[in-house]
Amino acid sequence: MKVLIPGALRSYVENGHAEAGGATLAAVLADLERSYPGIRFRVIDEQDRIRPHVRFFADGVQVRDLRQPLATASELVIVQALSGG
Amino acid sequence: MKSLLLTLATRKGAWLYHGDPTRRTWRVDGPHFLGHIVNHVVLDPRDGRTLLAAAKTGHLGPTVFRSTDYGASWREAERPPAFAKAAQDGGGRAVDHSFWLTPGHADTADVWYAGTSPQGLFRSEDGGVTWAPCSDINEDPQYRKWMGTVQDGTPDGPKLHSIIVDPRDPKHLYLAMSGGGVHESTDGGRRFKPLIDGMEVVEGFDRADATFHDPHCVRLCPSRPDRLYQQNHCGIYRLDRPAQRWQRIGINMPAEIGNIGFPLAVHPRDADTAWVFPMDGTTVWPRTSPGGRPAVYATHYAGATWRRLDVGLPASQAWWTVKRQAMTTDRLDPVGLYFGTTSGELWMSGDEGRHWTCIARHLPEIYAVEAAEPA
Repeated sequence: MKVLIPGALRSYVENGHAEAGGATLAAVLADLERSYPGIRFRVIDEQDRIRPHVRFFADGVQVRDLRQPLATASELVIVQALSGG
Repeated sequence: MKSLLLTLATRKGAWLYHGDPTRRTWRVDGPHFLGHIVNHVVLDPRDGRTLLAAAKTGHLGPTVFRSTDYGASWREAERPPAFAKAAQDGGGRAVDHSFWLTPGHADTADVWYAGTSPQGLFRSEDGGVTWAPCSDINEDPQYRKWMGTVQDGTPDGPKLHSIIVDPRDPKHLYLAMSGGGVHESTDGGRRFKPLIDGMEVVEGFDRADATFHDPHCVRLCPSRPDRLYQQNHCGIYRLDRPAQRWQRIGINMPAEIGNIGFPLAVHPRDADTAWVFPMDGTTVWPRTSPGGRPAVYATHYAGATWRRLDVGLPASQAWWTVKRQAMTTDRLDPVGLYFGTTSGELWMSGDEGRHWTCIARHLPEIYAVEAAEPA
């Protein structure tokens, strides 16, 4: 599927989108990590929790759990809030 | 004479200041990592070439960057500091940011230590490329109790800091935690024991319980490694090992100034000389220079007396302070002193604090300043 990458992660994916596959969010992120080492830890912590202010949307629907099936999705959007001063 | 490199970590990135051997002119190189929260940038004194930067980008996870060409290029750590995965979902801690970086012993090339928020101790054996938890304290139930929770810690998170490696013995370490006290290890950091006797706590709490101790900055004297100085939430202290009990030397500070502050710096060759930067710790703790008149205070007698050093600093209406990693020395003679302010100014003294000049203004809030000698 196509993965849209937020601006804050462009140091990993310069053009802002990537291709990755997998049956769940965890699998898609693992595939993304293989292509862009280090990117997963920036959005998922060492306890496998989605970091605060990071959100995932598969075909427009929010994905809240790494185990959520994504097999039929065509697009994953990673959103990172820009809150703060 | 050698040139100097000042490494600045700020709330919005890192800056490098290259100084000529006379310390009269400085060339700025930066920003690096503009917009990243950078807590510490340290040059490896063993090779004079490897720079590590502890960074966090807004809401993204924390990482460590590495450069071997003085910041011309940076590479991210392949495995940044991270706690072990908990056996049960939801039970483990996650590193919010790496706060403190300490190069290992001179005889252990490529070894580094990192202290994190929340409190954790991590070690790299490959020059900062990969990191792993290295101490029982990260998961030990007693230490976890002493560390408390995010709710108990400093406003931007509880921290493990002041990681000190004894220059005579790579297995002898000290560290401090805000909160959680000062601790000592003799086995290379696997196990630690509290070293809190003599340290005071906020009135009404139990000083025998490490939970209530808040050391802000601990320094070891290179010229006398058995001597430690400490700036604490509750005063300034000195400890001469093998003694176990800290002596409160801050009581000798002027009463109207007090002995609260964050940073402390020690003389590289004279263990009786140290510098502090007092702040207002009265009422609601404004954490500003007392009276809006910033000053460094020096002792040349191991804390028995203190002398105000403010020539060149603003005489009034300067409401900034200096954070715990943001005051340091070089190793020249006379010693150069440097501090960075919460208002983004970088100050230096080329005569051990007697006269001060401002090197840079209008930077973001400065978290850390280190002085090093490039190869």
